[in-house]
Amino acid sequence: MSKRSQTNPIPKMLPPGHVGMMSVITTEIFFFASLIVVYLAYIGKSISGPTPEEILSLDLVSINTIALLTSSATVVLALKALQRNNIARFLKWMLATALLGAWFLVGTAIEWAGLIGNDHFTLQTNLFGTTFYTLVGFHAFHVTFGVCVLSFIWFCGLMGWIQEKHHQNIEYVSWYWHFVDTVWVAVFLVVYVIGR
Amino acid sequence: MTTKQHIPLSGKLHEWITTVDHKKLGIMYILCGIFYLLIAGCEALMMRWQLAIPNNDILAPETFNAFFTMHGTTMIFLVGMPILLGAANYFVPLMIGARDMAFPRLNAFGFWLFFFGALLLYFSFLGGQGLTGEEGAPDNGWFAYAPLTSKTFSPGSATDYWIIALFVSGMGSIMTAINLVTTILTMRCKGMTMMKMPIFAWMMLVDAGLILIALPTLAAIQIMLLLDRQYGAHFFDAQAGADPVIWQHLFWFFGHPEVYILILPAFAFISEVTPVFSRKVLFGYPLMVVATVSIGFIALGVWAHHMFTTGLSPAVLSYFAGATFLIGVPTGMKIFNWIATLWGGQIRYETPMLFAIGFIAMFTIGGLTGIMLAVVPMDWQLSDTYFVVGHFHFVLFGGLLFAIFSGFYYWFPKVTGKLLNETIGKWQFWLLFVGFVLTFGPMHFSGFEGMPRRIYTFMPNRGLEMYNMLSSIGAGVQAIGFVLFVYNIIHSLLKGKPAGDDPWDAWTLEWSTTSPPPPWNYAKTPVVASRRPLWDLKHPGDPDWEYE
Repeated sequence: MSKRSQTNPIPKMLPPGHVGMMSVITTEIFFFASLIVVYLAYIGKSISGPTPEEILSLDLVSINTIALLTSSATVVLALKALQRNNIARFLKWMLATALLGAWFLVGTAIEWAGLIGNDHFTLQTNLFGTTFYTLVGFHAFHVTFGVCVLSFIWFCGLMGWIQEKHHQNIEYVSWYWHFVDTVWVAVFLVVYVIGR
Repeated sequence: MTTKQHIPLSGKLHEWITTVDHKKLGIMYILCGIFYLLIAGCEALMMRWQLAIPNNDILAPETFNAFFTMHGTTMIFLVGMPILLGAANYFVPLMIGARDMAFPRLNAFGFWLFFFGALLLYFSFLGGQGLTGEEGAPDNGWFAYAPLTSKTFSPGSATDYWIIALFVSGMGSIMTAINLVTTILTMRCKGMTMMKMPIFAWMMLVDAGLILIALPTLAAIQIMLLLDRQYGAHFFDAQAGADPVIWQHLFWFFGHPEVYILILPAFAFISEVTPVFSRKVLFGYPLMVVATVSIGFIALGVWAHHMFTTGLSPAVLSYFAGATFLIGVPTGMKIFNWIATLWGGQIRYETPMLFAIGFIAMFTIGGLTGIMLAVVPMDWQLSDTYFVVGHFHFVLFGGLLFAIFSGFYYWFPKVTGKLLNETIGKWQFWLLFVGFVLTFGPMHFSGFEGMPRRIYTFMPNRGLEMYNMLSSIGAGVQAIGFVLFVYNIIHSLLKGKPAGDDPWDAWTLEWSTTSPPPPWNYAKTPVVASRRPLWDLKHPGDPDWEYE
């Protein structure tokens, strides 16, 4: 082997937060993947009604989807504003993001109230109910967590505790939020497009 | 050097409970692991006592069910996982020259989740109700196949204990994995590029990656099972149109990578011990990295080889048989690399090396019987017989546990500052080795004779008596080995020879600091230029970096 000279380069490394957050998202992806695989495997396997075609409607959920996807854009605008140290603008977009997330949750609640109240369709009704409430429910749980964090950040900003230097941490929250939105696209496709 | 202060016991306890130090957490993980190892060992001994002669009645069938379930679950989740995560916790930051893990508080949280998850599992002996409503502990087998776990067939709360305890400790493992990936990728010292990391760190990185992918699947199906049992959902309810085989698919999508999650750290220990005790560099470091990463990927695509008897289509069977043969290739590469490391080396037969050689030999046998089981018609014949029990104990006992002992004898001086007693160590090795072969070797033959696994007794005059008697005698011999191990720890802690910083003349960074290392690990952040920084330090005239 040829002789080489000594080198001690400083290894090019990402910030710990980047890798940590990407690891969290990786593990979450595989969690949702399991739920989605089971949903797909059980499409059309229920031996009693109601079926997705009979009770799922696209009207409300389309508006919900638009609200959630828009919130991915508003959180980017909020981050941009924070980078430019424009706190007022940051607060405005942060509030918009949290409200759009809350809108999605309210929309889901209305949908579920209709399904449970009018159609008497629950987790126990049939295989479709079991998989539907579990998959959509776990996603909604993640949205709820996200809305809480976003509201908390907005509240901290309102109290004047957030500055430009917190930009990196809030970016990690935005990654989570984008992840939640992306999962919704998959859930929407599986439940309301393929499954219907 | 720190000055010794007198700290009252409550103060010490407070210090250990509130600690976020990776070394203290590592020690607590390993102590928990050894504690549960002894418990699981007692469960195994009871089972071997029951199976020593035909028609024995030491254990009732229900108790036997609970014992094999708890033995399997404990060994995988409460022994294998904590000892490996503990070792990773302790040595990864030291080996890469870091002060601590990336997220110390998350690290402590992960440990305490594991700790209380483990307590919850064992509390089931008191609080749970099993299959018949009498026995306490979970009794569904460690992979808890549906529909046996449904409320209809397991009416008590034992299965719920199994679900929640493993869910909680699994969350802890995921957090530790996040920490490990982040630490290895972002906190290496100056000069340590990815290809200059100790091979230990590489294997732990792939291991943590597998945890991130496999464990959430287990969490997801455990939630589904809990919904089925407690809230009337139908995930695994065939009467509602569900397919219980889905549980098997998803469980083994977790379960097979889990086997590699357990064995990769074992590979890591062996890859550190073998070179030091052969006085040579590890043969084929880049190939080892490639093999480790390929194992990581292929491990995700072999799960259904646990399910050859469930009626999969021929195409699926062929694929999974092929993938299973394929994963033998990188694993075989590693075995050849270790042998090539030994080849021509000045081998020192001290206890860590004895266990390492035992590992290489026994793991190879376990690997080969694994390849036999990957042949589908062979598996149809042997599935759910004692052959399978023999196979995975060669992999997980002869493999994993021997590697753990090898690593334990190797690093104990670093962690405690005391050397373990060599004489007792050699006795322990030979007792365990002979006991191990005696216990698990005959299982292959009783399996061929058709003895099913998980059965609480067997009939006389079926040609099974001798094999079972040999296995039970072997278990007794092992028990003496384990007692010696515990005695050696206590004896060496009290009266052991001081180790010094570097008792084995080793080459990785952790041997450059004091034994035990100070809380800050290194007074000055190390700078490395090769994979063996201590060799460079000891041999300035012939450093490794000239050749790497």
